[in-house]
This record gives sequence, C-alpha cells and structure tokens, in this order.
Amino acid sequence: MSETLLKLDGINTFYGPVQVHFDLTIAVPRGQIVCLLGGNASGKSTTMKIILGLIRPRSGAVTFDGQAITGLPTPRIIRAGIGSVPEARRLFPAMTVRENLLMGAFARSDRAEIAADYDRMLTLFPRVRERLAQRAGTLSGGEQQMVAMARALMGRPRLICMDEPTMGLSPLYVDRVLELIGAIRDEGVTVFMVEQNASLALQIADHGYVLQTGRIVLSGPAGELIRDPRIRDAYLGGEKR
Amino acid sequence: MSSWFDYTVNGLIIGNIYALLAVGLALIFGVSHLINFAHGSVYTVGAYVGWAAIRYLHTPLPATMLIVVAVCAGLGIAIERLGLRPLQGSARIAPLLATIGISFVLDQGLNLIFTPDPRALSSGLPNWRWQVGGGTIGIMDLLIGAIGIASAGVLFGFLRFSKLGWAVRATAQDRDAARQMGVDTDRVNRTVFAIASGLGGLSGMLVGMYYNHIDTAMSFNATLKGVVAQVIGGMGNVPGAIFGSLLLGLTESYGVALFGSSYRNLFAFVLLLAVLVLRPNGLFASARQTPPEPMTGTFIAPSRPVRVPAWALWAGFVAAALLPLVPDIAYILQTLTNGWLYAMLALSLTLVAGTVGQVSLGHAALLAIGGYASALLALDLGVPVPFAVLAAGFITAVVGTALVFPAFRLRGHYISIATLGIGEIVGLVILNWEGLTRGPIGVAGIPPLEAGGWELDSPRATYWVTLVVMAVLGLMQARLLRGHLGRTFRAIREDDIAARTYGISLNRYKGMAFAYGGFAAGISGGITAHMYSYINHETFTSQISVLALTMVILGGLGNLTGAIIGAVALISLPEMFRFAAEYRMLIYGFTLLLLIRFRPQGVLGTV
Repeated sequence: MSETLLKLDGINTFYGPVQVHFDLTIAVPRGQIVCLLGGNASGKSTTMKIILGLIRPRSGAVTFDGQAITGLPTPRIIRAGIGSVPEARRLFPAMTVRENLLMGAFARSDRAEIAADYDRMLTLFPRVRERLAQRAGTLSGGEQQMVAMARALMGRPRLICMDEPTMGLSPLYVDRVLELIGAIRDEGVTVFMVEQNASLALQIADHGYVLQTGRIVLSGPAGELIRDPRIRDAYLGGEKR
Repeated sequence: MSSWFDYTVNGLIIGNIYALLAVGLALIFGVSHLINFAHGSVYTVGAYVGWAAIRYLHTPLPATMLIVVAVCAGLGIAIERLGLRPLQGSARIAPLLATIGISFVLDQGLNLIFTPDPRALSSGLPNWRWQVGGGTIGIMDLLIGAIGIASAGVLFGFLRFSKLGWAVRATAQDRDAARQMGVDTDRVNRTVFAIASGLGGLSGMLVGMYYNHIDTAMSFNATLKGVVAQVIGGMGNVPGAIFGSLLLGLTESYGVALFGSSYRNLFAFVLLLAVLVLRPNGLFASARQTPPEPMTGTFIAPSRPVRVPAWALWAGFVAAALLPLVPDIAYILQTLTNGWLYAMLALSLTLVAGTVGQVSLGHAALLAIGGYASALLALDLGVPVPFAVLAAGFITAVVGTALVFPAFRLRGHYISIATLGIGEIVGLVILNWEGLTRGPIGVAGIPPLEAGGWELDSPRATYWVTLVVMAVLGLMQARLLRGHLGRTFRAIREDDIAARTYGISLNRYKGMAFAYGGFAAGISGGITAHMYSYINHETFTSQISVLALTMVILGGLGNLTGAIIGAVALISLPEMFRFAAEYRMLIYGFTLLLLIRFRPQGVLGTV
C-alpha cells in the first residue's frame, strides 16, 4: 500500500512525428483530488488516454497501486480498479439510464453488492433516479454528466478519472458537479481530473498540475496554485516571461 | 403453387431464410461498422457442411444442424481473427475489401473440394403437407418458420438479458466507452462473428434443404439478399433486419407470382434502391439524410504515390507497341489485349472510386451497357463498327450517370451497396427486356472490329487497337485530372461537406466523373462485344466489378499507371501459371488479402 495511488513517470507520447508529452511525471496521492490544468492542445486529454490505455506512450511508465499498467488493454486497466468519466460523457445513448448504470458494473460479478451500489447511486444522484427508464441520449447535458459519474462509480473504482467534467454544463450544474466530486473523494475514492477551468477546479482539488504544450510547468497544493499569478498565464497559454 | 396463400407462405419462408442472414450482417455492422461480404460464403459453407455431415456421418437432422452451426461459428471466429482483427485502425475500406477477399477464397475452396456441380441436399424429413385455407403448408415450411422464430427469440434474450449481450449492445453504441467500462471489445467482435456465421450457415443449410439443391455459386446472391434486407430495416438494426427480410421475401414472392421467376431479383434490387434513395437509414428511422459516417478522407488509405517518370511510361508504351513484331506469340497478345480492355475499365473505376472516392461495386454494368449498345447499333441499325463503339461510349456515359444519379447523395458504404444494386438491375433488365436485348438468348453475330473497310480481327490488329485506345483514354484522363478538375474531385473525396462549403456542386462533379468513367468503360465493353461476336446477360457479371476493384486497389486507388499495371498483372498472372487456371479466384482473393494487410495503398500508392 503506497501513499501514491497513481504515478506517471517520464511519459513521452507521439502522434506520428509530433511529440505530445515531454517527460511527463505526475503523482496522484491516495484519497485526494488531483487536477491537471491546461489549455487547448496542451496534452491533457492525451494524458487521460494514456492512463486508460487507449494510447500507448513511446516511453515511460504508468503505475497504479504499485502495479505497472503501461500498455495494458483498456478493459484490464478498468478491472484493476480505475473508473472513467470520459470527455463529453459518452453514455450509451440507446440504453436506458438504468442500463447505463449497470454497464458501469460490467467488470464486476458480485450481484448483491452491485445492487447495493446501485441503490447508493440513486441516493447520491437523486436526479438520476427520476430518469431511470429514459434513454440516456434524451437527457440534458447536466443529467448526462450525473449518469456518467454514477456509471463510473458503479465499477467501485479506487481511482476515478474525469475528463473535463464541467465542460458544456450550465452554471447550476457546474456547482453541483464540483460538489459531487468532493463527495466522491470523501467516500474514499481518489479523483484525477483534467480541466480547462483552473479557478473552478482548484476550488475543490487538493493538488494541481499545470500542463503546457506537453510539459508540466507548475505544480503544487491547490491552495498555493490558486494564488499563484503564473497560473493565469500558464493555463491561458500565455507567453513565457 | 398457384394460390396467393402459397405465395405468401413461400415469401415468409424465404423471408425467414433472409432473416437468418440479415440478422448476422446487422450484428456485425452494429459492432464494427462493416458490411461482411464474406457472409454469403459462410452460408454456402453451411450448406456443404450439412451435405457432408449427412452424406458421410449419416447424422439425423438435429445433429446436422448442430454441426453446421458449430463449424460455421468457428469459421466466423477465424474470419474475424485472421482477416479483420489485424486491420483495426487501418482505413475503413480495408476490412470491407478483406471480406471480399475472404469470400473469394472460401468460394473457390468449396469449388475445389466439392466441384461446381450442384448437389441434392435432402432434409430426410417425411414429405407431409397439410391443406390450409386455399393452399398447403409443408413440414419444411414449418421447420424453417420455427427455426426463424426460435433464433430471433434466443437472440433477443441474449442481447437483453445476458452480460455478453449487454456488452454487444454497448459496443455497438459506443465502442470506446464500452472499453472504458471494462468490456473486452475483441471478445465482443468474436462473439458477434460466431453468432452471425452460425446463423448464416444454418440459413444456407435450410435453403439447400428447402429446394433440395445446393451449389457453390449461391454465395454472392445470399450476401446481396442479406445486405438488401438489412438496408431495408436500417443498417445495424437487428429487429429491422428481420422485418426487412420478411418484406423482401414477400415482395419477391408476389413479384414472381405476377411476372415470373426471372423477375425475382429485379424486385429485390428495385426495393433496395427505393429504400436507399427515399429512406437511406431504413424504414424505421425518421431521418432522410444518411448519418455523416466518419468515412470521407479516412475511407481510403492516404499515401505518397510512387512517381513513374514520363520517359518510362513512353518506353513502356513503345515496348508494348513493338511486341506484336515478335513472331509466334499470338497467345500472349490475346492475353494482353484482354489486359488492355480491363485497363480501360480499371481507368474508369480508379477515377470514380479512387479520385472521387465513390467506391463502385457495379462497374461491370457499364461494360454491359457499352457492349449491348455497340452490338445492337452495328447489328440492328447497320452503324459502322468504329462509330458504334464511339457511340457506345457516349451512350454508356449518359445511361450510366443517369442510373447512378439517384445515389449521388449517398456516402461510403451506402454508395457501394447502391452501385452493387444498380449493377444487378442492369443485368436483370438486359435479361428481361427481350424486345431490345433478345433476353436470355443473347446477341449473336456481332460484326468484327473493322475501320473503313480494314478488317481488324487478327490478334495483332486487335492488340494494337486496344492498346492505342487504352493509351488515349489514359492520356485524356491524366490531362483532365492535372488541373482544377482533379483538385475538385479529390476535395470531394477528402471531405464532401467542406467541398460543398466552398461552393462545389457535388452532383455536377460526381456526374462528370461518372460520365467520363462511363465513356471509358463503354468503349471497353463495345470493343469486347465486337471481339467476342456473341454476348449475353452473363458476359459481364458482378465478379468482373469486384475484379476491377481489385486491380484498382492493386495499383493504388486513383493512380492511372497503377490501374493499368493492376489490370495487366491480374489478367496475365493466372495465364502465366496455366496449372493455376482453376485457382484463379483463389489467387485474386489472396492477392487482395495480402495487399490490404501489407500494402493497403497499392503497389504504386494512392493519388
């Protein structure tokens, strides 16, 4: 049992001849919310894909709970205990909300426990309860985000990865989602999230990294980062001073 | 068989057979967005496995069915593993072509093992029939109906209640998201191929027993019918596929009742085209537009073409032109003449499929139109041969473009299906329009090639004529593509929506491409008709369409030199190895598979 739950160590990623990550190193401590901040084309979403095994890095290692998961197929990484809330939510549009939640528990086989978790999700996400029989594709963006989070939690992950969870949501839902992310951490699930909106993300995060064109340019406790004047320049992609 | 009741029963039975095929195609399209052109071959394998089990193992019917399902499911898994899994992440056209290659290999394999002679496949069931209403129902009707309903029920239960079934549905809706839920999508693919192939094989065995007849040529038709049924119900829609199959079966059966059995397929393909044009998403979807498949641009593998210098092309032409001076090579000249004729077809197809990106699977129909036009002009109207051939080019340009025009708004897979259907319709119209085409008898006594009183029917003369015509067509096409027109064509291929936003009229440019392509193919067909002196509705079969596509891919899509080289290579290689003549389709199939796997951009690269 290490203190660091997820570690990315010296990751170098390429899309064809273009290098996306330069020696990327990130540590996510157990029980915390860690956010990765950065503007467009900074390599944030690619970082998420590396963790989930959707892309392989050219070099470097990803370690989860002391176990190397670099280059494993995605389903095995999920089974190792990582949950995913993908960018733009990616629910199964023609399945009902209930079916979407149960798909989240696909990698599990403990029926009684799944049923218990299902009931727990409905108390945690009351809005989801009202929509159970509805097709997921017909929900609003905010509702879909709730379902996506509940779906990821149904897998009982130790780490949950969220790719821009507040993107495209109304301000009302943004606050609700941030609140829920805090609640998830308080339940003992470690959270790694990727965000463009630094000020929002740092409000709830414990620790932050700032990514700029594939390099970590700044990192530290969220409370310090939020006061750092460089953060604005960095995450807006401003010029170096 | 006389009453409407009998025709209805027959339609439903055939519909059930189609449903067993179409459901599998729909499942496969659902999870992997692939039209499995090898599906009909699996169906034929099913029929032959059933025959062999009964013949050699003397199995009773239930055991035969189990064996057929098991063998075909295994075959499906092998197809997925060997033919398709290695192609993950390559251009979208690759797996489609791979299934075509696999179907060639399977069909030829059956031909070699079982010979092309038809065989009887008896169900071994007693020949009971019951009087119902105004007609009768036989035991085979009941069996097929029961199997159809039972399979649908089992499939429904599997998809709705089993964990793997959930995984299949989730993968069909969002493959990446399914992987992020821990779904092993490779396993889903394998499962789907096993189910689809098991049902497909069962379908082949049942149809063999229904007609008490099987042969190795039944694959292509089965694939077509399954695809048609699936398009009617909406691609990838499983319940839709069942409904589409029953509708197709009934339409065919009533069509046969009204007009006779040679109209069966005509009804099927007219129904296909009507659905594609009016409701391309199937009868159950409300949208009239086809979904924007992420296909344009990625449908064809991009590459850097090999540049062949102009002097090398001229040297090649001169060498080819001097070849007839070598004595005693009449046989080689004949083969190469055939090669030049195919090269004209390949030039035409490489323009349409490669440069403009509309992968046509019905190109042989253009040869047929050209061939019949030239033959009938010369025979019935006494037009001199050179003018008849030229007129055939123009007629093919006009008729071919007009026929494809309704399909211009389709994309990707849909354009391939539509052109396949149009190709079949042309053949069937030729067969049935006896007043003009002489129907099944064909056109005989077509005057040989001549120009201004000069007989051109010696091997040398036809060789030169075809070589020069081909070279002229190739040069014209190269000139056409060099400037603004070529750029516009390629823009449409890469991104038709972007092209439209720049004010490019898609219809006009696609029309121009098909017209020029029709002209070249029409000339080729016309010359062929005069060379053969006899043609019928089977002279230009859909196998030629697929062969032409293989040539074009071999050379590199859109690559003119590549098209010519591809045509000459595929025509002359099987001739060089005489012993290999009966393995011809096997060679084509393996060529296609190896190419797609190791050099998807073709020998000379796509342009």
